[in-house]
Amino acid sequence: MNPPANETLIELRNLTKTYGEGDAAFQALKGIDLTIQRGEFVALMGPSGSGKSTLMNVLGCLDTLTTGTYQYQGIAVETLTTDERSLLRRYALGFIFQGFNLLARTSSLDNVELPLLYRGVSRRDRHERAVAALTSVGLPTKLHSTPAELSGGQQQRVAIARAIVTEPSTLFADEPTGNLDSATTRDIMELLTRLNQDRGITVLMVTHDDHVAATARRTVLIKDGQIESDLVRA
Amino acid sequence: MIWNAFAIAVREISRNLTRAFLTVLGIFIGVAAIITMVTLGQGATLAVKAQISNLGNNLLTLRPGAGFGARASSAGTPHFTEKDATIIGEQIAGIAAVAPVRSALLSTIYRQNARSSTVTGTTPVYFEINKWRVAEGRLFNEVDFRSGAAVCVIGNTVRTELFGSENPVGAQIRIGKTACVVIGLLVAKGQAGMGDQDDTIIMPLSALQRRVIGKTSSHDISQISISAQDGVDSEALITELTSLMRQRRNLQRNQDNNFNVFDTRQIAETLGSTTQLMTLLLAAVAAVSLMVGGIGIMNIMLVSVTERTREIGIRLAIGATGGEVLLQFLVEAVTLSCVGGVVGILLAFGLCAGLARLIQVPFNFNLQINVVAFLFAAGVGVLFGYTPARRAARLNPIDALRHE
Ligand SMILES: Nc1ncnc2c1ncn2[C@@H]1O[C@H](COP(=O)(O)OP(=O)(O)OP(=O)(O)O)[C@@H](O)[C@H]1O
Ligand SMILES: [Mg+2]
Repeated sequence: MNPPANETLIELRNLTKTYGEGDAAFQALKGIDLTIQRGEFVALMGPSGSGKSTLMNVLGCLDTLTTGTYQYQGIAVETLTTDERSLLRRYALGFIFQGFNLLARTSSLDNVELPLLYRGVSRRDRHERAVAALTSVGLPTKLHSTPAELSGGQQQRVAIARAIVTEPSTLFADEPTGNLDSATTRDIMELLTRLNQDRGITVLMVTHDDHVAATARRTVLIKDGQIESDLVRA
Repeated sequence: MIWNAFAIAVREISRNLTRAFLTVLGIFIGVAAIITMVTLGQGATLAVKAQISNLGNNLLTLRPGAGFGARASSAGTPHFTEKDATIIGEQIAGIAAVAPVRSALLSTIYRQNARSSTVTGTTPVYFEINKWRVAEGRLFNEVDFRSGAAVCVIGNTVRTELFGSENPVGAQIRIGKTACVVIGLLVAKGQAGMGDQDDTIIMPLSALQRRVIGKTSSHDISQISISAQDGVDSEALITELTSLMRQRRNLQRNQDNNFNVFDTRQIAETLGSTTQLMTLLLAAVAAVSLMVGGIGIMNIMLVSVTERTREIGIRLAIGATGGEVLLQFLVEAVTLSCVGGVVGILLAFGLCAGLARLIQVPFNFNLQINVVAFLFAAGVGVLFGYTPARRAARLNPIDALRHE
């Protein structure tokens, strides 16, 4: 299934993000203009501290922007209430964190079922879909392990399963393969590519790895809170 | 949505059993403590009241000596005569009955069991005045009194010590050097605020005087028991009694009373207010323990607040609304508090029943204190369980996730 061409999904105009106030204020994003079409696979690159995670958090509605506009599917996100942003996350967005963020003492299965629970999916469907998601990330044998019983890479894969189990329209992945060996990295990248191509899920991914970035057709480079370059491969 | 929040809350509780257990522990200890203390305190008050009413509630006792307490000294002051008792009954209005009493500590023997007991010699109306009833056999009557029969009735303590479980009625015991037939066993009154009332042997005054001790002097009455008619003002009665006795004992104006009148109603009031004070004190101790329980809960909640804030961040990040997260925490706190409260009530019930039997006070289930303790503890649990969540649920998900 190929994405319909030129349907704008994300549009940022002069977006800034400032942490703190007064003397301690720090501007992490200094006027970002960015347009992403539905179905794109975008790699976000840049040196450490350049503002990649900050941008992802704002895009994923986990954080609020300071000035500028952010339109998601024509919706002005900066005007939404807290609850409306929660619902946007619930029904449209998936997020893979740099630091997993799994519930402690909670089995992989329960962690992955959690977003479905908030969507009100029935018990049986939840279970089936969570098992399918965990299988697709290569963890069919770790359904009942808690995060403490999993390696870093395995925890990352549970986190990925949790993000994709709802089949979001956009998937934000902050260094999804940062903790993985090259073989697993290849598997995960294949998975993300498949989600992008077969299901039409728009993927935004932060990475430091050029090989990983090569999976994406488009690479946005950020430096010092500003977009340095924006390349689309032919 | 409520059902969903409930399901999530139950999962979250089962995942953190230690935390749940500690929370419940804090609540149930508080609840159990307050219910037990108040219930037992009230039981004790009831017991004291019951025993006081056993004493006879409009009973006056006339005794030699200037007073009781530290100044009490009957040494050297003359005792009363039987004539005193008769005159009091004849001359003072509002009196129901009067009984002269002579008491002596005498050795009592049944077979190989021996002990010294207080033996009271008196007239048959004494039983009525002091509300003694017979459990087995009979009390002595006017016929026994006039004939000076060597019969006696015994209290439950004497029975236990001399007879064990044997039936004492009809048995012969020795009082001093005299053989005496036990004709009745008194209904036990228990420990009042004034010693064991059941450690007593009561016999006709005539028999005590003639057969056991011998009539030593006409002033051999150590105490006169008087019951007032219902509705008679005991103050007025005491005044009248005092002036009559001063006259009979030839006291001059400048001389102090060499006798005193002891009013059980006063004692009842004093003891009543003392036990009430005790109940209040117990309630205060219980309230403190409830507070300590509450602080325990608060501690657990605060210690887990970092972890819980991260949990809230995760839930918000994957699409929960602040309201849903709060509802979950509310359900969690309410569930734990209620479990703690119910366990506390059950424990208190067991404790009260056991302890009440142990210290021999009546156990009355007090619905009011159960409800109050439950609501208070549940309130504390909910307040401390819920408040930290309120702040976290208002944060941006990313700020909740970054919480340290
Ligand atoms: N909560 C915060 N408060 C203050 N400053 C922050 C906060 N979060 C990030 N920053 C600052 O904003 C800048 C961008 O941080 P960000 O996490 O977006 O970097 P990044 O590009 O993701 O780096 P990395 O590749 O190391 O993950 C950094 O200089 C950082 O110090
Ligand atoms: Mg980062």
